[in-house]
Amino acid sequence: MEAIYLGIDVGSVSTNVVAIGESGQILTTVYLRTRGQPVRAIQEGLEQVVNALGEDIKVAGVGTTGSGRSLAAVMVGADVVKNEITAHAVAASLAVPGVQTVIEIGGQDSKIIILRHGIVTDFAMNTVCAAGTGSFLDQQAARLGIPIEEFGRRALEAKSPVRIAGRCAVFAESDMIHKQQQGHPLEDIIAGLCEALVRNYLNNVGKGKEILPPVVFQGGVAANAGMCRAFNRALGTEVIVPEHYGVMGAYGAALLAREMKPGASAFRGFELIGREFRTGGFECQGCANHCEVVELREGRQLLARWGDRCGKWSNAVAV
Amino acid sequence: MKVTFPHMGHLWLILKTALEGIGLEVVVPPPCTRRTLELGVRHAPESACLPLKVNLGNFLEAKELGADTIVMAGGVGPCRIGYYAQVQREILRDIGCDYEMVVFEPPDVHFSEVWDKVKYLNRRPWQEGVRGVILAWQKACAIDLLEQELQRLRPREVKPGQADAVFQRALRDLDAAGSRGDIKRIVKRVKGEMAKIPRYTDRQVVRLGIVGEIYTVLEPLVNLHIERRLGALGVEVVRGLFISRWINDNLFKGLLPLPGHNPEKTAPPYLNHFVGGHGWESVGDTVTFAREGCDGVIQLAPLTCMPEIVAHSVMASVQEAKGIPIMTIYLDEQTGESGLQTRLEAFIDMLLWQKRRQAGKVYNGRGRNPCQETMPGCLRGQ
Repeated sequence: MEAIYLGIDVGSVSTNVVAIGESGQILTTVYLRTRGQPVRAIQEGLEQVVNALGEDIKVAGVGTTGSGRSLAAVMVGADVVKNEITAHAVAASLAVPGVQTVIEIGGQDSKIIILRHGIVTDFAMNTVCAAGTGSFLDQQAARLGIPIEEFGRRALEAKSPVRIAGRCAVFAESDMIHKQQQGHPLEDIIAGLCEALVRNYLNNVGKGKEILPPVVFQGGVAANAGMCRAFNRALGTEVIVPEHYGVMGAYGAALLAREMKPGASAFRGFELIGREFRTGGFECQGCANHCEVVELREGRQLLARWGDRCGKWSNAVAV
Repeated sequence: MKVTFPHMGHLWLILKTALEGIGLEVVVPPPCTRRTLELGVRHAPESACLPLKVNLGNFLEAKELGADTIVMAGGVGPCRIGYYAQVQREILRDIGCDYEMVVFEPPDVHFSEVWDKVKYLNRRPWQEGVRGVILAWQKACAIDLLEQELQRLRPREVKPGQADAVFQRALRDLDAAGSRGDIKRIVKRVKGEMAKIPRYTDRQVVRLGIVGEIYTVLEPLVNLHIERRLGALGVEVVRGLFISRWINDNLFKGLLPLPGHNPEKTAPPYLNHFVGGHGWESVGDTVTFAREGCDGVIQLAPLTCMPEIVAHSVMASVQEAKGIPIMTIYLDEQTGESGLQTRLEAFIDMLLWQKRRQAGKVYNGRGRNPCQETMPGCLRGQ
């Protein structure tokens, strides 16, 4: 029976699961849309892992990351719970040895991680502004009636990209509509948008940081060839898109689980794919904070509660 | 006259003692909660910085408890707090919330400006009043002393939350204390209780300095209990901003011999001038913390805070020259807790890696990198 390590990255837009072997090689990857139902997405992800690898596997460790890492950790029984920045840095350093800069653009946020001699020395994260994230590109692709998969390819066909304001998603959109009405070809507008988003990223997220090659570009948006080219031009260096660019967070979490080598994994078994999990919530009336408490139940059993500031509810559950 | 004041961390306890000492009836606003924030945000200008909004919420909640007079701090520097009181007075008048406002600020010309206001508020013979103010001052010093002990304990206690519980009890007792003897007894007892809390002796603790705008540094509602969060992550927090120092610097013009910030000595050549608020102190304290061997510094500021933006812009050069990682966090009404938690965790991970590397040898670029041995194994040259 082969020992594997699982990494689960529960993000706002996508939920990814990666299984790696004892020597760190990737055995299978799963990329799913979270669609606001992280519990369902995690179950589906695990199911696909079993389908791909068969029943004859032994999970030796589990790591979770992403904004839903705590939920995932309680649900599947994780050995390591890590923030996205550390997970992405770990994955990038293994995929591209000697990497000095990691650009990660996901669905709802974007990050920059600076490494020197294999160690994170600086990072920044943008969660306030949607401009430059995957969701905004998704939305614009839908508005222009182009499948998101084709968005990047169309950008490459541009002859002279138009200038679009990239500081804010709202400004960018109104600028795009204006340029469309003036009659600019769609390709030039898309390419202009990519350049604007890269400008916005470098100004807001990467500001003041020394971006040295090798630069790794990962996250869902790295699939977009238009964005890659815009980065190449803006940075004057070729960005490297690793093979598993879309699931690097989960890969990092799996690597961290392998690194920890838990004696006995806290993994609760693949049976949980079929079990019924329910999340519920209520507003605590204990004080004027009115905290929104969320709870996770398996059948009737209460697994965890969180969201309260004072610990009245979360501490009441023995996990 | 029923007086109230804005919240800022434990300031309420000190102000309450002082104002009661001069014979006033005091209404302490309910502790800051989300409702406070919502009330403030509803009535304040959108572009105002966060402290103004929360203050306003405090006043509205205190009104519900019958307060009719506000004691508010002002300022004369480039920071916007200088006109908070005026703006808040106008807003309160516009929404029909009747209040009288007494504003304390650093004297412009003469100390009598502060004195006259004290005289106006005073309801007791001078001797008694002075005794009350001194008592308040002693409480301020006691709180700051115990809080520093709390900061040391948090990352080391075996059961998280124990030290905080002791500290909260101490605050309640200090609130009730009526004499210097009481305060001394409480401090002694609480120190004893804290010493008994079981703690890890072998845990690797990161030391982190907190600098920034005083309100966001001291008010836990606004900074989402950052010190408690950091403590739980195994971080010992140190900071230069304490209420006792702030009172001394702002109201007594630094008359008392307390450890000061001395930014004029520590901040140059990065920042050579006062820039309003605590911007200069932020830079100066960062240099001090780096010198004292802290592993990192977190700068806190409300979104759009001009003095801290100025400080932020020179932090990159401080970071490079002093080799101390600095992370700046802007706080606003919509700050999500998970975003903050992720940044803090990542920052601590980073500091731990760097700490381990410093413990090893410096890599000269040739041969095997000895530093990599101390990193997570999956990063070792593969």
